[in-house]
Amino acid sequence: MANIECPMSGKVWKILVKVGDTIAEDDEVIILEALKMENPIFAPEDGVIKEINVKEGQQVTEGDVLVVLE
Amino acid sequence: MELLQGMWTSMAFDNLYWGNFVMWVIALTFVYLAINKGFEPLLLLPIAFGILLVNLPSEIMTPGEGLLWRFYHYGEEWAIIPPLIFLGIGAMTDFGPVIANPKTLLLGAGAQGGVYVTFFGALALGFNIDQAAVIGIIGGADGPTTIFLASKLAPEMMGICAVAAYSYMALVPVIQPPVMKLLTTEAQRKIRMKSLRKVSKLEKIFFPIITVIVITLVVPDAAALMGMFCFGNLMRESGVVDRLSLTAQNELMNIVTIFLGISVGATMPAEVFLTTKVIGVFILGSVAFCCATACGIGLAHLMNLFLKEKINPLIGAAGVSAVPMAARVAHKMGSEADKKNYLLMHAMGPNVAGVIGTAVAAGMFLSVLK
Repeated sequence: MANIECPMSGKVWKILVKVGDTIAEDDEVIILEALKMENPIFAPEDGVIKEINVKEGQQVTEGDVLVVLE
Repeated sequence: MELLQGMWTSMAFDNLYWGNFVMWVIALTFVYLAINKGFEPLLLLPIAFGILLVNLPSEIMTPGEGLLWRFYHYGEEWAIIPPLIFLGIGAMTDFGPVIANPKTLLLGAGAQGGVYVTFFGALALGFNIDQAAVIGIIGGADGPTTIFLASKLAPEMMGICAVAAYSYMALVPVIQPPVMKLLTTEAQRKIRMKSLRKVSKLEKIFFPIITVIVITLVVPDAAALMGMFCFGNLMRESGVVDRLSLTAQNELMNIVTIFLGISVGATMPAEVFLTTKVIGVFILGSVAFCCATACGIGLAHLMNLFLKEKINPLIGAAGVSAVPMAARVAHKMGSEADKKNYLLMHAMGPNVAGVIGTAVAAGMFLSVLK
């Protein structure tokens, strides 16, 4: 099990996965908007999405757990 | 027939010469770039319209009478507008990344090396010392600071240098990457940086207060810009005057941008703009900007010789003060080398430090040359 942590502060722009999705390492999981720039967040390893802790439009800061994988 | 001739004269075509028509074309090109290419439209569109107006047979820039002359005189010659823009930028800027990693202040200062290199270059090319200082400051890629310094040292250069500074700000994503690639290796671009520590509210409140005290004591001539900048930032971080902070960031900023843009445009009648000097300014401006980028990266390399925890040299390039464009470029190049490398916030450190750096460099020129 692994967490996808937010690498920098910003706003959740798009969530590209659903709970239950199987993803592979380096898949785009979330697009974060910071300083008017869209930044894709990639999966650190293979896994299945167990929880999504954020909503689109939500403000997040560095270190927040965005998604829980298992 | 006589009637027609009379109308022709009153339409004042007589007062135009070919240069004015060239300026119309330039103005319309700027309008096109602003609308179709999205090049800094908030500034370019008003500047373009100012250029058009002053190259029509009108009295709009007649000293003491013309409308745009008044905007120009009170706004720029009196150097009111650039500090007001700094108030807004201060209110927009989060100094968190600098406070969390104060080493980045050095990078913001290092990139100002480009300013001085270009200053001497311009002197060598025969610009006088005041003009050379204004041209050098273009290397900081900071429009308001350039206008501020020009108003004090070389008002005749204001329009041209402002356009050059804003053009280079828009061209950050084009000019910087080749320089950055040349001066870093793939492995260096891949360096990931440890996440920044959390910065407390108290630190953020003290930062602008301490900064303004230190800088004003050392470089008193930077007081107008830095005073407004730090005041804006304190309004933001205090959290008790959101209304003022938001006004400074939005409405006030937008209002002064209108006056600034159109009157800067109006400082460019054909007889001033269409000289060989202009080409020199644009070439030197881009040299300044490349040098600033290179100096920032160079300093980052130098710091890495002594640091246990390496910094990614790309963020050195963000030491020019085009916020946040330069930080975005550093981030983008980092993520091209390693897509899980997130440099954006790390690059914001040198980037906001660069704003301070350019204002200080301008203050130093002022104190020496005034």
